[in-house]
Amino acid sequence: MEDLDQFREETRQWLDANCPASQRLPNTPEEQYWGGRRGRFASEDARVWFERMRDRGWTAPEWPAAYGGGGLTPQQGRVLKEEMKRIKARTPLYSLGLWMLGPALLEYGSEEQKQQHLRAIVNGEFRWCQGYSEPAAGSDLASLQTRAEDQGEHFLVNGSKIWTTGADRSDWIFCLVRTNPHVKKQEGISFLLIDMASPGVSTTPIELISGESEFCQTFFDNVRVPKSNLVGELNHGWSVAKALLVHERKLMAEIGGDSPRQEIAPVEAARRYLEFSAGRIADNQLRSDLADYEMRMHAIGLTHMRSFEERAAGIKGSVGLAMKYLGTEAVKDKNELLLAIMGTRALGWEAPGFTTEELDTTRLWAMSKAMTIAGGTSEVQLNVIANHVLQLPQAPKAATES
Amino acid sequence: MALVLNEEQRLLAETAREFLQKQAPVSALRALRDSRDPLGYDATLWQQMAELGWASVILPEEFGGLDFGFSGLGVVLQESGRTLTASPLFATAVVGASALLLGGSTAQKTEYLPQVAAGELTLALALEESPHHRPQHIATRLETAGDGFALSGEKVFVLDGHSADTLLVVARSSGDPGSRDGLSVVMVPRDTAGVAIERTVMADSRNTANIRFTDVAISGAQVIGTAGEAGTWLEDVLDRGRIALAAEMLGSVEEVFARTVAWLKERVQFGVPIGSFQALQHRAARLQAELELAQSVVLQALSTVDEQPRQLALMASLAKANLNELAKLATNEAVQMHGGIGVTDELEIGFFLKRARTAMQIFGDTGFHKDRYATLCGY
Repeated sequence: MEDLDQFREETRQWLDANCPASQRLPNTPEEQYWGGRRGRFASEDARVWFERMRDRGWTAPEWPAAYGGGGLTPQQGRVLKEEMKRIKARTPLYSLGLWMLGPALLEYGSEEQKQQHLRAIVNGEFRWCQGYSEPAAGSDLASLQTRAEDQGEHFLVNGSKIWTTGADRSDWIFCLVRTNPHVKKQEGISFLLIDMASPGVSTTPIELISGESEFCQTFFDNVRVPKSNLVGELNHGWSVAKALLVHERKLMAEIGGDSPRQEIAPVEAARRYLEFSAGRIADNQLRSDLADYEMRMHAIGLTHMRSFEERAAGIKGSVGLAMKYLGTEAVKDKNELLLAIMGTRALGWEAPGFTTEELDTTRLWAMSKAMTIAGGTSEVQLNVIANHVLQLPQAPKAATES
Repeated sequence: MALVLNEEQRLLAETAREFLQKQAPVSALRALRDSRDPLGYDATLWQQMAELGWASVILPEEFGGLDFGFSGLGVVLQESGRTLTASPLFATAVVGASALLLGGSTAQKTEYLPQVAAGELTLALALEESPHHRPQHIATRLETAGDGFALSGEKVFVLDGHSADTLLVVARSSGDPGSRDGLSVVMVPRDTAGVAIERTVMADSRNTANIRFTDVAISGAQVIGTAGEAGTWLEDVLDRGRIALAAEMLGSVEEVFARTVAWLKERVQFGVPIGSFQALQHRAARLQAELELAQSVVLQALSTVDEQPRQLALMASLAKANLNELAKLATNEAVQMHGGIGVTDELEIGFFLKRARTAMQIFGDTGFHKDRYATLCGY
């Protein structure tokens, strides 16, 4: 404990000395640094902040130092997170490589793959995107049809992936591909790393109800991929994918603490947009709805803490499996609550006539609808809880594996 | 590490579970109900519980206590919730003991707490005067009379009111009903002249009474702490009660949910276990997710009593509101998913349903605590 207090003190001092003032303000989507060959810093301060964090390995604080990470314990990693949050430090590097691929490579990658990719991820050299879903394989992910045929020296990949976030700005994609169409669907899938610069790879952006188009559809037309890019064993990609989905769901469960948009807190919105009488929100329905939401978030926050404490104590509990469902449903609730509290001020689509914050509220509300779909729908999450935690028998016919 | 049980608490939980499952399962409550037991709980059982130290879990060692704090008490309450055990645990060892501990003079603590710890003295807080929890709406009067006081008023829904040795009566020394100022709590032995106790039989088969006080003579020594100043500590006593009750309710919810899930696996219709139907799976999975939240909330609330008194009111309202809602949902789902046998008295599910409704009313329903949480947060 004493060591941890000392670490906190040192971290606090280092952050105070090294995080530029401009990097402690909320950032816009345009100001996020995603790295990669096409990555651009929005300012000199953003570059300095990123490089200082990178040099300590603190873009990946808990990865082993041998691969460029910070080598921190989970407890120290938490302290760093808390201290960064305390001064509202921006995330220096946004990266699916950090959040998703890296942890999977640490577990399943060959030594050569770790050497090739992990440090490059820590340093933000390449931007990664994820190729899981396909137009005909959403919740039933294991039915994916993108083929990778063994051509001796390499795989030949044909097919397409959808919801590939930032694919048009990415350097590499980690993909689930079918390498054996003749066995049970989960058993013929492999996990493949593909250089987006390979001939035959193309992308098209998809416009969403929020007006954004960070998602793409990505096409593979006779793309040649070296066999050394296979992660884990041939036809064993489903295990890698499942491990990675756990990271994605954890990430989505924790989302909200670091939003690029100007997110207004419901209590703050209530103070600004609602009538108060004798220190209370005059509208009893909205007051009750706000209390419901705040109490739920309080409970969810405590449950994140419990989940962390259980992991630190080596207890393998069931709590993690419920967090994606609870967290993303709560984000949707929050956005509906903000619309109710702000009324027509939260329905503006474009300037003029609305503040940036108000316009962001509208867009975030539309974006929040994806939260309970991406990374496994809420319904799939409930299937997982029913089957894996409660051990209820599989539903007739429905393949609920995920 | 407040959200993970330590070794001591795990052992206590194991002992409690083993003891209660054997000595006081739900069938014991049924027997008390069916025999119209005059006491409403098993006195021998309570002696054994006291010998295990459960009457004194939260008491400091100087008063003969175990001093395991609320985090320790919580695991015992949770286990007693699983078995719906009727005993003075809540009214005496949680509420009564806390009132003496927080409000009592040194002389009162020294005299009464060791008796509580030994299981020799049972207590009941006579608080409510209306069908809803309104802790400051006290019309019962404590007026000065000669050297002492005279107590008059009517109390309802007094937990263990018909069986406790001594009643802790909340009364008003001054101020209007609704005011926090001017409240007193006095200790009134049950056989005092002017005390009329009427036992009330309620849906949950636990122990409550309506009590009328008519010009009951009270000496200064019977006033807990100082007359008119109970407002400064009574709310903390109620918050401890709310958190303890949340722990008991959590145990009941865990048990009723476990029985429901077991039934979903066992009951076959259309040639398959009904638990394979997604319509039921999703409802069960939602309950599981809610249960995860409730477990975190209760653990945190218990440790708040021991370690973060400034958060006490907020955590008490969060915990009680959370468990109120979950207890209602889990018991309703349990009955519905059990189908026809769910509404029979033969199955024990009905006992959980009825207990949940009573527990939901004790020390504040969901609306009460949601309102309080919002007020505490400044909106």
